Amino acid sequence: MIVFDNATKIYESADKKVKAVDRINLHVEEGQICVFLGPSGCGKTTLLRMVNRLIPLSGGAIHVNGKSIESFDTIELRRSIGYVIQQIGLFPNMTIEQNICVVPKLLGWDRKKMQNRYDELMELMGLNPDEYRKRYPWELSGGQQQRIGVARALAADPPVMLMDEPFGALDPIMRERIQNEFLRIQQNVKKTILFVSHDIDEAIRLGDKIAIFKAGQLMQYGTPDEILSNPKDEFVEDFVGGDRALKRLTLLTVHDLFFKLKHPRKLNGDARHSGSPTIDMETNLRTALSVILSSPTGEAVVADSKNNHVGLLNLHDFEALADIHPFELKSSV
Amino acid sequence: MSLVQFFADNWNHLLGMTWQHIQLVGSAVIVAILTGVPFGIYITQRETLANLVLAVAGIIMTIPSMALFGIMIPVLSLIHQGIGFLPAFIALVLYSQLPIIRNTYIAIKNVDASLRDAAIGMGMTTWQRLRKVEIPLAFPVIMAGVRIAVVLTIGIGAIAAYIGAGGLGVYISRGISTSYAVMVQAGAISVSVLAIAVDYALGRVQTKVQPVKNKASS
Repeated sequence: MIVFDNATKIYESADKKVKAVDRINLHVEEGQICVFLGPSGCGKTTLLRMVNRLIPLSGGAIHVNGKSIESFDTIELRRSIGYVIQQIGLFPNMTIEQNICVVPKLLGWDRKKMQNRYDELMELMGLNPDEYRKRYPWELSGGQQQRIGVARALAADPPVMLMDEPFGALDPIMRERIQNEFLRIQQNVKKTILFVSHDIDEAIRLGDKIAIFKAGQLMQYGTPDEILSNPKDEFVEDFVGGDRALKRLTLLTVHDLFFKLKHPRKLNGDARHSGSPTIDMETNLRTALSVILSSPTGEAVVADSKNNHVGLLNLHDFEALADIHPFELKSSV
Repeated sequence: MSLVQFFADNWNHLLGMTWQHIQLVGSAVIVAILTGVPFGIYITQRETLANLVLAVAGIIMTIPSMALFGIMIPVLSLIHQGIGFLPAFIALVLYSQLPIIRNTYIAIKNVDASLRDAAIGMGMTTWQRLRKVEIPLAFPVIMAGVRIAVVLTIGIGAIAAYIGAGGLGVYISRGISTSYAVMVQAGAISVSVLAIAVDYALGRVQTKVQPVKNKASS
C-alpha cells in the first residue's frame, strides 16, 4: 500500500518558487495498478520519482507499506522498489542475465538463487531463458527489451513497482500486446504499481485507479469508469476526450451487455443472418459496436467460447447500457 | 644506404636507447593514468571545477616543450634534479593530463542519462554505478585518450634528450649538433616506429579487454 500524505515538491530558483507537486493526497491499495495521468509537465513523473527518493520531498510524507520512505536508507529503499523507465535503460555492457540479476547481485544473492530467479522471470515473460542468457540488449527488439526491463524490476520480488511510461516508445501494435501481457503478469505477481502515462487509453486498459494531474495538482482520482462516466471538471473532461462514452465501452464485454438484455434475441433460422458477422463473448463492446456498424444486416451474431451461436446483437441493444457501471458487473477485468 | 649501415652498426645501442625511451614514456603515462582518470571521473560530479581543470590542462598543452623543460630546470635545481630523468618525467606527465582527463570526463559525461537514472533508481551507490556501468561504458573513449597521450609523449620524449633524459632523442640532438644527417634520420625513424608500434599494440589490448563487445547496430 502506498500513501501520499500532502506530498509536495517545490523547485526554488532565484526569484520564484514553482510547485511541481502540490499537496498530493492519494491512497493506492495493495496489489493495484494506479495510473498517474496528465499532460507533460503536470508533475506525474516528479511524484513517481519522489517515491524512491530520486527526487526529495519538500513537504508532506509518502508511506510505503506503512513506513515513511524517509525512515529507510535511500539505497535500501530503492533496492526494495522495482523501477522501470521509458528508455528501458538496460546496461549495454551486461548480458540479459546480468541485467536481470543486477538488484539480486547488489543484495548479495548466491549464484544458484540468481540463476533460478532468472529462469523463472524469463518463463513469466514468455521468453526462452537459455536463448537469451548470454545475449546483449542491442540484439533484442524494442518489445523484448522492455520485457527484460520489466523482468529486471521484478527480479528481487519487490512489493512495489514504479513504471515511468514504460511502453511509451513502442509502436501501437507492440504496445497493446505488451500491455495485455503485462496485465497477465500482474495477475500472477499482484504488485502495487504506480504507472505514469500520458495516454488515456493506456490508463483505461491498465489502471485499477487513475489519478489525473494538472500543474502539480491532483484533479481527480477514481476508477477508469468513474473518470469516464463522471469527469469532475472541464479539464478532466477535455483530457479524457469527447469520445469518452466510446472509451467506456472498452471496459465492458459483449458478455456484459448480452446478459443484461431483458429479451436477448435468439437466432431463428440461419438464412436471415447469413450476412451477419460473428463476435465472441469476450470481445469488448467498442469493437463489437464497430462490427455492428459495418455489418450489412445491422446485426452481429454472438458466439460463446465453444463457438455456439447464442444470439444476436444490434444497435438498439446498446441502449440497455445506460447506467451500467463495470464495477457492478462481476466479469469486468 | 648509410642509414641501413647505421642501424646495422648501432642496433645494440639503439635498443638500449629505445628501452630508455619506453621507460620514460611508460612511467610518465602510468602516473598520468593513475592521476588523470580518477581526476577526470571526479570532475564529472563538479561542473565548475571541470571547466577550470580542462582550461588549465589545455593551457599546459600549449606551452612549447622546450620552454617547459627550461622552466623546470631552475625549479628542480633546488633539489639537484635540474636535468635528467625527473624534469622530463614531470613534463610528460603534465602533457598527458589533457587527453586523459578530457577523454575520461567526456566519456563519463556521455554515458546515456537514462542508464544513470536506471542505475540510481535500482539502488546502486555512486561507486557501484561507476564500476558496473559508467566506467565500462566509458572505457573505449578513456582508452583513446590514453593512446593519444602515449603517442604524444613518445614524440615529446624525444626532445627530452636535450635536458639529458636520454632515449631516442639522443640521436636527433647529437645528430643535429654534429651535422650528421644519417643519425638524425635514424633517431626520427626510430621514434616514429616506436609510436606507431605502441599505438597498435594498445589498440590490440583494448579490443581484447574491452568490457563492451562491439555493437552490431546503434
